[in-house]
Amino acid sequence: MPASVTNFATHFFVTGEPMIYGADVAIVLVSLAILFVLTYFKKWKWLWKEWLTTVDHKKIGIMYLIAALLMMFRGGVDALLMRTQLMLPNGRFLQAQHYNEIFTTHGTLMILFMAMPFIFAMFNIVVPLQIGARDVAFPYLNAISFWLFFVAAMLLNLSFVIGGSPDAGWVSYPPLADLPFDRGPGENFYLLSLQITGIGSMATGLNFFVTIMRMRAPGMTLMRMPLFCWAVLSASVLIIVAFPALTAALALLLIDRVAGAHFFTMLAGGNPMMYVNLFWVWGHPEVYIVVLPAFGVFSEVVATFAKKRVFGYASMVASMMVITVISYLVWLHHFFTMGAGPGVNSFFALASMIIAIPTGVKVFNWLMTLFRGRIRLTPPLLWTLGFVPNFAIGGATGVMLAVAPADYQYHNSYFLIAHFHQVLIGGTVYGMIAGMYYWWPKVFGFLLGERLARHAFWWFNIGFYVCFLPQYFLGYMGMTRRIYTYPPGMGWTTWNFISTLGAYMMGIGFILIAANIVQSALHGVRDTTGDPWDGRTLEWSLPSPAPHYNFARIPTVHSRDAWWEMKEARRRGEPVQESTEPLRPIHMPKSSGRPFILSVLFFVFGFGMTFNWYVMAIIGLLGVGICLVLRSFEFDTDFYIPVHEIEETEAAYGRS
Amino acid sequence: MSVLEQRLPAVDTHDDLPLEYAHEDDALRIFGFWVFLVTDMLLFSCVFATYVILYRHTNMGPTPTQLFDVRGFTAETLILLTSSFTSGIGTYEMRRGHRGALIGWLMVTWILGACFIGLEVSEFVADVASGATMSRSAFLSAFFTLVGMHGCHVSFGLLWMLCLMIQLGVKGITHVTARKVFIVGLYWHFLDVVWVFIFTVVYLIGELS
Ligand code: HEM
Ligand SMILES: [Cu+2]
Repeated sequence: MPASVTNFATHFFVTGEPMIYGADVAIVLVSLAILFVLTYFKKWKWLWKEWLTTVDHKKIGIMYLIAALLMMFRGGVDALLMRTQLMLPNGRFLQAQHYNEIFTTHGTLMILFMAMPFIFAMFNIVVPLQIGARDVAFPYLNAISFWLFFVAAMLLNLSFVIGGSPDAGWVSYPPLADLPFDRGPGENFYLLSLQITGIGSMATGLNFFVTIMRMRAPGMTLMRMPLFCWAVLSASVLIIVAFPALTAALALLLIDRVAGAHFFTMLAGGNPMMYVNLFWVWGHPEVYIVVLPAFGVFSEVVATFAKKRVFGYASMVASMMVITVISYLVWLHHFFTMGAGPGVNSFFALASMIIAIPTGVKVFNWLMTLFRGRIRLTPPLLWTLGFVPNFAIGGATGVMLAVAPADYQYHNSYFLIAHFHQVLIGGTVYGMIAGMYYWWPKVFGFLLGERLARHAFWWFNIGFYVCFLPQYFLGYMGMTRRIYTYPPGMGWTTWNFISTLGAYMMGIGFILIAANIVQSALHGVRDTTGDPWDGRTLEWSLPSPAPHYNFARIPTVHSRDAWWEMKEARRRGEPVQESTEPLRPIHMPKSSGRPFILSVLFFVFGFGMTFNWYVMAIIGLLGVGICLVLRSFEFDTDFYIPVHEIEETEAAYGRS
Repeated sequence: MSVLEQRLPAVDTHDDLPLEYAHEDDALRIFGFWVFLVTDMLLFSCVFATYVILYRHTNMGPTPTQLFDVRGFTAETLILLTSSFTSGIGTYEMRRGHRGALIGWLMVTWILGACFIGLEVSEFVADVASGATMSRSAFLSAFFTLVGMHGCHVSFGLLWMLCLMIQLGVKGITHVTARKVFIVGLYWHFLDVVWVFIFTVVYLIGELS
C-alpha cells in the first residue's frame, strides 16, 4: 500500500486500543447482522414504509424511545468504564487521554442523546393523545427533528472508531477546545453533532408549543389541560428561548476552528468567557428542559395511582411557570469563580436559590395528592416515590452550591458531580422511566411485568445512593472532577470503591429493565381495554395501541381529568355525547422519505466539516437545499381517510 | 367555527379572514413561523452580544472607523428598507387578488435584495483585499460573522422568493401560495429589523466611536 494511504488510514481510524478494535468488530458484526435479518425476512420495504418515512407522532415517539435506551446503554458503559478506572488508586485500566474522551462522550451523550430523546419520546407519545389531537402541528417537521437527532447521534458515536472522540468535556470550553490546543477532528465531531441535533430540538420545541397552544380539543382550556402537557409547554418555551444560545456558541466556536476566527482564542482579542456565558445561557435552562417533563410525568402518575385529582392544580401550573422564567436568569451560577464581582454573583445566587421554592411547592403537592389516596404501588409510582428523596437531597445541595462564596470550594469537585447526578438521574431519568412504565401499554398494547420491574427499581435505586452519596464526601475531601487517577493515601480510596460498587448495581438495574421489556414482550399481559390503570386523561379513552388517526371523533372536554369525568358520567348512566355524532373523513399528512434523506445529507455535511473535507460538506449542504426546494414545490402533502375505513378500524378494536 | 377544529383545512374555512389565514392549517403555519422568528431573533441577539463584547478588541488592526464606508452602508440600508416596503406592497396586491402585480412587486423586492447582497459582497471583498480578514482580530471575526449571517439570511430569502414567484406563476394565488407569500414577507421584514440593529449597533456606533 502506498504510504499516503496507510498514513491516512491510521489517522482516520482510531488505532492502538484493544477496546476500540473490539468496538470496530462489534460494529461491523452488528451492522452485518441487521442487514442480514432485514434481507432474510424481507423487511426492507417494511422498514422504509412503516418507520423511515413515517410522520406519525406515535411511531416517532417509539423511535425516540428506542434511541434513548440505546444511548443510555452506551453512556452507561462509559460511566462504568470511568468508575472502574477510579475504583482504586493509581488505576491502570484507562489511559489519561482515553479517560478524557470517555467523560466527554458520557456527558454529551447522556444530556443531548439520552435525556433529550427520552423527553421527546414522551412528548410525542403522549401530548397529541392527551389534548385530543390527531397529530402534532407540523408532522413533517417532527420527522425531520427525529432524523436530525438520529444522524447527529450516529455522527457523535462514529467518533469512537473514526477520527477520535472529543476530549474537552461536555461543556467544551475554549481555549482548551480551540484549535491550538485541540487539533484533531474530535472537537469537530462534538460541535457538528450538537449543532445538528440542536436544530432538531429547536424544531421540536416549536412544534409542541404550537401544538399545545392551538390544537387542543374543543373545551380544553389551558387550565383544563393535563399537567404533563403544561410541563411540555414550559419545556417547549424553554427550548425556544434557550437553544438559540447553544446554536450561537457552537457556531462561533466552529468558525474559530475552521476559519481561524478569534472569538474565544487567547490571542488577537478573543474572549473565552463569552463562550462560557453563551453555553450556560442554554445550559442551565437545558437542565430544566429535561427535568420539567419528568415533573409532568410525576403529576400524572400520582393522580392516577392515588385515584385522586392532583392537589393544588393551579399552584402546580404557577410554580412551573415561575421555574420556566427564573431558570433563564441563573446561568451564571455555573461560573461564580469567573469573578464577576459581588453584585453579579449575589444576583445569580439569589435567583438560583429562589428556584427551590416553586420546586418545593410541587413536591408538597405530589405528597398531598398521595395523602389519603387509594394507593396502588405500581412500577410508575415506585419510581415516582424514589424520586422524592432524591430530589430533596439534590435540591438541597443545589442551594448549597448556589451560595456563591461557598461555591469557590465546591466548584468542579465531586460534590458538584454528586449534585447534578442526583437531580438529573433522580429527576429526569426516574421520571422518564416512570413515564415509560406508565405509558408503555398505551404504546405497545401490553404491560411491563411488575415483578422484574420491582427488582430493577430496587437495584437501581439502592445502587444510586451507594454510588453518589460517597461522592459528596469525596468532594469535601478535595477530590476534583475530571481526574483520571489519584494516589493512595488521600483518604479517597474507600469512598471511591463504594461508589464504583453502586455504579455496578445501577448497571444491574438497567439490565433488569431491559430484561423486563424482553420478558414482557414475550409473555406480558395484553392491554385489551385501553385503560389498564383506570386513568384520568384522554389518552386512556383510546384503544391500545391507538389507531393512526388517534380519535375517530374529537372529544369535547368539559373539565379537568376529562376521561375520568366521562367515566363518572357513564357510571351515573348519563348519555355519552360523542359516539352519536356522525363520523367525518379525517385529514392526515402523507408519509415522506424526505426528512430521512435530508437528515442523511446533513450527516454528509457534518462529516465533511468534521474532517475539513469542504467538497463533501458543500455537497451535503447543497443536497439539503435541494430537499428544501423540492418540499416547497410539493403541493400534494395530505390525504383523507374515508369514513368506511375509519368504521372498519374502529370495529376491529371493538368500538363503534 | 372554532379555531380549535383540527386539521380539516378543506372543510374548515373562515371566509371573513384574509386568504392566507382562512384555512386553519395555514393559520397554524403562520403562527409557527412567528415562533421560528423568535428563535432566529434570539440567535441574532447572541451574536450581537458577542459583537458588542468584542468590537473594541481590534488587536491593533483596522478599527470600525477605518473599516466602514459610510456611502456603502447607507446605500445598503436604503436599498433594504425599500425592499421591505415593496414586499409589503406585494402582500397588499395579493390580498386584492392581483397576481401579476404581486409577482411584479416580488420581482422588484428580489432585485433590491440582490443589489443589497451585491453591495455587501463587494464591501467584504474590499475589506479582505485590504488585509482586514476574519482572522485578523476578534472585532473582525465578530463583524464578518454578524453581518455575514444576516447576508446569508437575505440570500436564503432570495432563493425562497424565487421559488414562490415560480409557484405563483404556475398555481396562481391559492390559500397555499398566499400563505407562503405572507410568510416570506414576515421573514423579509424581520431581516429588515435586524438590519436596522446592525446599522445602529455596528455601523453607526462604529463610526462614532
Ligand atoms: C434548587 C435547584 C437547583 C439549584 C439551586 C442548583 C444549583 C447549581 C449550581 C450552583 C451549580 C454549579 C456549581 C458549580 O459549578 O460549582 C449547579 C450545577 C449543575 N446542576 Fe444544579 N441546581 C439546581 C437544580 C438542578 C436540576 C433540577 C438539574 C437537572 C435536572 C441540575 C443540573 C445541574 C448540572 C448538570 C450541573 C453541572 C454541570 C457541569 O458543570 O458540568 N441542577 N447547580
Ligand atoms: Cu444551573
